[in-house]
Amino acid sequence: MISSLRLRAAIVSVALLAGFLLLWHLGTQGTAPTANLDPEYARLMGATAVEGKSAFPGPAEVLGKFWWHLSHAFYDNGPNDKGLGIQLIFSLARVLGGFGLAVAVALPLGFLIGMSPLMHRALDPFFQVLKPISPLAWMPLALYTIKDSATSAIFVIFICSLWPMLLNTAFGVAAVRKEWLNVARTLEVGPFRKAFRVILPAAAPTILTGMRISIGIAWLVIVAAEMLVGGTGIGYFVWNEWNNLSITNVINAILVIGLVGMVLDLILARLVKLVTYPE
Amino acid sequence: MAMFDDAFDPGSRLTRCSCGKHASQTAHDAEAAGQRASAAADEDSRYGRIIDQAVMRALFPDDTTRRNFLKTVGASTALAAVSQFFPLAAAKEAFAAGTIGPLEKKDVKIGFIPITCATPIIMAQPMGFYSKYGLNAEVIKTAGWAIIRDKAMNKEYDAAHMLSPMPLAISLGVGSNPVPWTMPAIENINGQAITLAMKHKDRRDPKDWKGFKLAVPFDYSMHNYLLRYFLAEHGIDPDKDVQIRAVPPPEMVANLRADNIDGFLAPDPVNQRAVYDGVGFIHILSKEIWDGHPCCAFSASREFVTQNPNTFQALLRSIVDATAYATKAENRKEIAAAIAPANYLNQPVTVVEQVLTGTFADGLGNIRKVPDRIGFEPFPWQSMAVWILTQMRRWGQLKEDINYGSVATQVYLAVDANRAMREAGLTPPNESFKKHVIMGKEFDPGKPREYIDSFAIKRS
Repeated sequence: MISSLRLRAAIVSVALLAGFLLLWHLGTQGTAPTANLDPEYARLMGATAVEGKSAFPGPAEVLGKFWWHLSHAFYDNGPNDKGLGIQLIFSLARVLGGFGLAVAVALPLGFLIGMSPLMHRALDPFFQVLKPISPLAWMPLALYTIKDSATSAIFVIFICSLWPMLLNTAFGVAAVRKEWLNVARTLEVGPFRKAFRVILPAAAPTILTGMRISIGIAWLVIVAAEMLVGGTGIGYFVWNEWNNLSITNVINAILVIGLVGMVLDLILARLVKLVTYPE
Repeated sequence: MAMFDDAFDPGSRLTRCSCGKHASQTAHDAEAAGQRASAAADEDSRYGRIIDQAVMRALFPDDTTRRNFLKTVGASTALAAVSQFFPLAAAKEAFAAGTIGPLEKKDVKIGFIPITCATPIIMAQPMGFYSKYGLNAEVIKTAGWAIIRDKAMNKEYDAAHMLSPMPLAISLGVGSNPVPWTMPAIENINGQAITLAMKHKDRRDPKDWKGFKLAVPFDYSMHNYLLRYFLAEHGIDPDKDVQIRAVPPPEMVANLRADNIDGFLAPDPVNQRAVYDGVGFIHILSKEIWDGHPCCAFSASREFVTQNPNTFQALLRSIVDATAYATKAENRKEIAAAIAPANYLNQPVTVVEQVLTGTFADGLGNIRKVPDRIGFEPFPWQSMAVWILTQMRRWGQLKEDINYGSVATQVYLAVDANRAMREAGLTPPNESFKKHVIMGKEFDPGKPREYIDSFAIKRS
């Protein structure tokens, strides 16, 4: 029954995709070429204006370009034109940098807050104010104070991926079952041992869920941040192709961003599964 | 008043030949030949004199005022007084060496915005003008004017492509922290256009434009000042009758297509791209507003200039060489092919080519031939800076009157450009202030306040 459900779901997925592609194809058919145009003038104009080609690319064009990007993923034509693969590496490095920093700060701080109701109460208002701030709102401030665009991008990722992890860690640590802590106390376990052997495993699923939310946010933020500061990365690629009004490449970049985001999410989902325990 | 006149001579003639030094053109030509021969010999003292005089003129742009001042205090007193607040000695020293000394810095980063105005800065990389002077230059594409300003101020870039009003705004602290900034060379003149959406093709009279939403690339841009000037001359108040918003050039065509704006005064290739995609038509070229107006600039912080004088000279000469190359019409197609790829402008070659060669489709079915649609002239006329400052004051960006001439001289490095142009085999002008004519109205850089007062539509 399960396998047949899976099969049916797959069929529906494929049918939806096919329908979408067909609609897309039909919607971008374009109009008839502009009649009696001076050929000299036509030579100076784009295909959209002269041949009545749709300004929006069709699925065949996009997929063709996608194949081209896959087969030319690592070319390097100077500082402003690199293959999609290289751009992705730059973006991932930034995301991991900012995310790593956020982990380094959020875990100890989250533990502290989770274990101390006083600190929790005291710091909570700050979190509530800082949490909803849009990543791009931090950008001018970061550029102004850090005075380096590469570090600013990492800082923005750090600051945005910090909150879900911090709050989840604090929540996970605070929610460790009282019985387990009492058992630890009865056995006279030292504070470090208690933190690593009792609280950490107990709170791990919540902490990792926080991380999973954070990496999703970090990946959302990087595109916007790179569009703003430019230079390298998948966000810069989107901006550069937008500059060229190349919707084909922008759609390609969107696809790639989605796929990479999905992979990152899957990795953390797998990690969450690893540390989950039956109660 | 000419560059090589003795500005410290109260009795110098005010009627003159083309350079202003001689009573007649024949006398001028005769001496020019002799001067070229002896130029190498007394270059040092000559450049020294030029610097003194450029400063003197900047402080007293008006001939009569300067003469009266000199008559009263005497030339040497005046020079001493001027040295008090302008580091003449340092300027001369940095300038004295005929050849460029060892470079303080070989790896330089130069930021640019992907528009044709940046042509000299960009092409100097693929076409080897930087490497000719031993520079290992990287030209980095940047997303917008505010970012290029911040990155240049953060020293991520050693030099940057900016809009010609930006160095003035940065130096004055308008719209950012004040940092002494310099503009040793203009990149291009003309080369902008007013593009309107296709639906407005029958509304060519600006008087019908009330309620339009128009875009310019940046608040501190020639585009903004030219558009405002153009509208105001047609009786449209740019603050009340229309809406002018700053939109980054890449977003302009998309916004025009989406009907978010009615038109824009923008740098190329944006205008030509709108035509190419059948979204808009070119209403007028900016040269029809002010023929020869400056647009973008090559700029660096004063700190970079003083700390790396040799690197700065090498950079400036690369740019001026590139500009000299770009001036020639026969090179334009080659340049278009060099700067169109994704690493630089990222535009179809035919779009860039139409902009640079001046043979272009106007979007209404006509092919226009305007060879000087865009020009490349590096000389930073200080009078242009004064004009820009008067417009900043006119539209309320500057809250009070300043010494327009002296700010212009400190930011627009006419002396350095003059020298670099000579080295590149160009003929720099003999003066750094001149009168400009904008839409038939004369602008006298010696009378900035009177000029502002002469407008009916203004904010100050």
